[in-house]
Amino acid sequence: MRNGPLFVTFLTGATLIAIFFIPHHRAQETQSVILEWADVVYTFALILGSFSLWIANQTKVARRGEGWGYSLVTLVSLTLVTVLGVVQGVSAGTAVGWIYNAINAPLASTMFSLLAFFIASAAFRAFRARNVEASLLLVTAIVMMIGRVSIGEFLWEGFPPLTEWLLDVPNLAAKRAVAIGVGLGAISTALKIIVGIDRSYLGRS
Amino acid sequence: MQILEIWVASLLTLCVFTFLYRDNPLYRFAEHLFVGVSAGYLLAVQYQNVLRPNVIEKVAGGNLMPLIPAALGLMILGRLAKRTHGLSQWALAFYVGIYSGIAVPSYLQAQIFAQLADAVKPFGAGWAAINSALVLIGFLAVIAYFYFTAPQNRVHKAAARVGIWFLMVAFGASFGYTVMARVSLLIARVQFLLRDWMHILPPA
Amino acid sequence: MAGVNGSFWQRLLGIDRRWIFVLIGLGTIIPLLRPINLPVAASPRVRAAYAAIEAVPEGSIILMSLDYEPDIMAELQPMSIAVLRHCFRRNLKPVILTLYPAGPGLIERALEVAGAAEGKQRNTDYVFLGYKSGNQAAILGLGDNIRGLFPRDFWGTSTDSLAIMQKVNAFADSPLLINLSGSAIADYYIRIASSRYHVPMVLGSTAVMATDYYPYLSSGQIQGLIGGMKGAAEYERLVGITGDARRGMDAQSLVHVIIVILVILGNVAAFATGALRRRTGGNS
Repeated sequence: MRNGPLFVTFLTGATLIAIFFIPHHRAQETQSVILEWADVVYTFALILGSFSLWIANQTKVARRGEGWGYSLVTLVSLTLVTVLGVVQGVSAGTAVGWIYNAINAPLASTMFSLLAFFIASAAFRAFRARNVEASLLLVTAIVMMIGRVSIGEFLWEGFPPLTEWLLDVPNLAAKRAVAIGVGLGAISTALKIIVGIDRSYLGRS
Repeated sequence: MQILEIWVASLLTLCVFTFLYRDNPLYRFAEHLFVGVSAGYLLAVQYQNVLRPNVIEKVAGGNLMPLIPAALGLMILGRLAKRTHGLSQWALAFYVGIYSGIAVPSYLQAQIFAQLADAVKPFGAGWAAINSALVLIGFLAVIAYFYFTAPQNRVHKAAARVGIWFLMVAFGASFGYTVMARVSLLIARVQFLLRDWMHILPPA
Repeated sequence: MAGVNGSFWQRLLGIDRRWIFVLIGLGTIIPLLRPINLPVAASPRVRAAYAAIEAVPEGSIILMSLDYEPDIMAELQPMSIAVLRHCFRRNLKPVILTLYPAGPGLIERALEVAGAAEGKQRNTDYVFLGYKSGNQAAILGLGDNIRGLFPRDFWGTSTDSLAIMQKVNAFADSPLLINLSGSAIADYYIRIASSRYHVPMVLGSTAVMATDYYPYLSSGQIQGLIGGMKGAAEYERLVGITGDARRGMDAQSLVHVIIVILVILGNVAAFATGALRRRTGGNS
């Protein structure tokens, strides 16, 4: 029984690999069913995550811990949006559709836009030509920052071809090696999981 | 309703921007609101797009097969209590197995074979040959840098050093593009405030 | 004099970061208020993406997966509008979907804008299938059973009842796949749609991700690449429209110049104060 989950992993993993090589429609239908099931499991994982978020904030509110008022904001918004979305749907014209446009979209985009300020400050303080490697990085970044925007094209017509060359030659060479390295890593990890060598996802060593 | 939407969106945008001065209650309010709304929205969308059509409606129509993934899904909720914690392993095993199975052939085909095939194709004609040669040299040098299995001799060390140079140029290009991305996000927020809220910019 | 200079550079290095924030803020606002409309030239990769869509026969179905959420809409929303308008002008019939749960609201808006500008109607000229959960699983499903995956469109109409959908049920039914994505979904499409199902693919990505896809351009796994808001601006220029991306390019240029000046000043200050030598120690 203890090894039951490992057998499930092996069975599903091996089935999906086998289906890749079998073009028969039955195999493809089986794949569709399995993938639909995976989607349902994923949804329950999201429910678990939201429930954890709810419990963490609810505990803070109940204990009147530091910043409990903010936790109350999270609790109320989480509950309200979930209930409204489940009952009414989420498309345009519904309450959740409105909340999405008025709250979710602007907050998400503004949060990430803050990074423009912090990346400028960090570049000023930490981006230094300390040695050959760091200088290469710095010079390339400067060429890209100027050469890829309109002002660069306006200042010197050689900027666009230079940036294209940087992307097409040294960048391509390095990124290809990284992509192949990542690919090999992903394949070996997946195979180790399927045959039961890597059990860390089950919390076992 | 449209005007209220724009005002709420604008005020929340300003709440987030106050963080640039320093951490403050307005920012923290916006941050916590964002967490709650995002999680709730995601949950509602998943319910409407997955649970309702693929489980509830099918079961209501007499098809009991979706009860299997639903049972697996319920097992994942077992993580909430110590006694039922082990149940979640079955669901996790099912899910991880599927994506491991998908990963093996797709990585092999798209990221290993296709990239290796392109790496060893004949050089371009004329000046393009120099670039093709540089790409091949850079690729091999970066691979040499990432090869840690055997101790490095002098040739290997030299190749690895060249590999680092190629990597640094690639990272520099990525950094330049990252700056571009972050600035773009800010531009869009300012466009929204100046146009949709303050009506200083002409309509799109 | 050296002492005075030294203290100046030290003071510069210790400047309150909020002054830098003010500079970035002004660098963004001023060009938006007083644009000088610097020229935007289209790069070869964006031209290749444009050419790939131009090469699709008029009236064809074209599968589009627009996978982004509000956090990166600044880059991908103008791109979506420009690409959609290009497809509409060529009388292509886009079948659009998203694999991001918070994507439908943005795509609905993009379709409204592009549809209104080019006089196109939903369900007659395009179909919006809405959101599908599952990422890789959904993409695998698109390989052979699109109508099964999306029994209804975003607005609840049965996909079996839509004329456009009668002509498309698999990747193979679309001469080109367009994926505008801000995440690993682009990799999934390359691995599954392009490499497994061999459908020609054009990719639009955030600028952060753009440099990672050059190996796939070289190998022909993707036909063209539109990177970030700058790529969107280039695409707008090729289509002959002025959208938010082109309008933002003056600000993009100025902020980049400010950041480059800051980096150079930071290095000069570090060199003048000896901070560079102290930090590197005896290694270089």
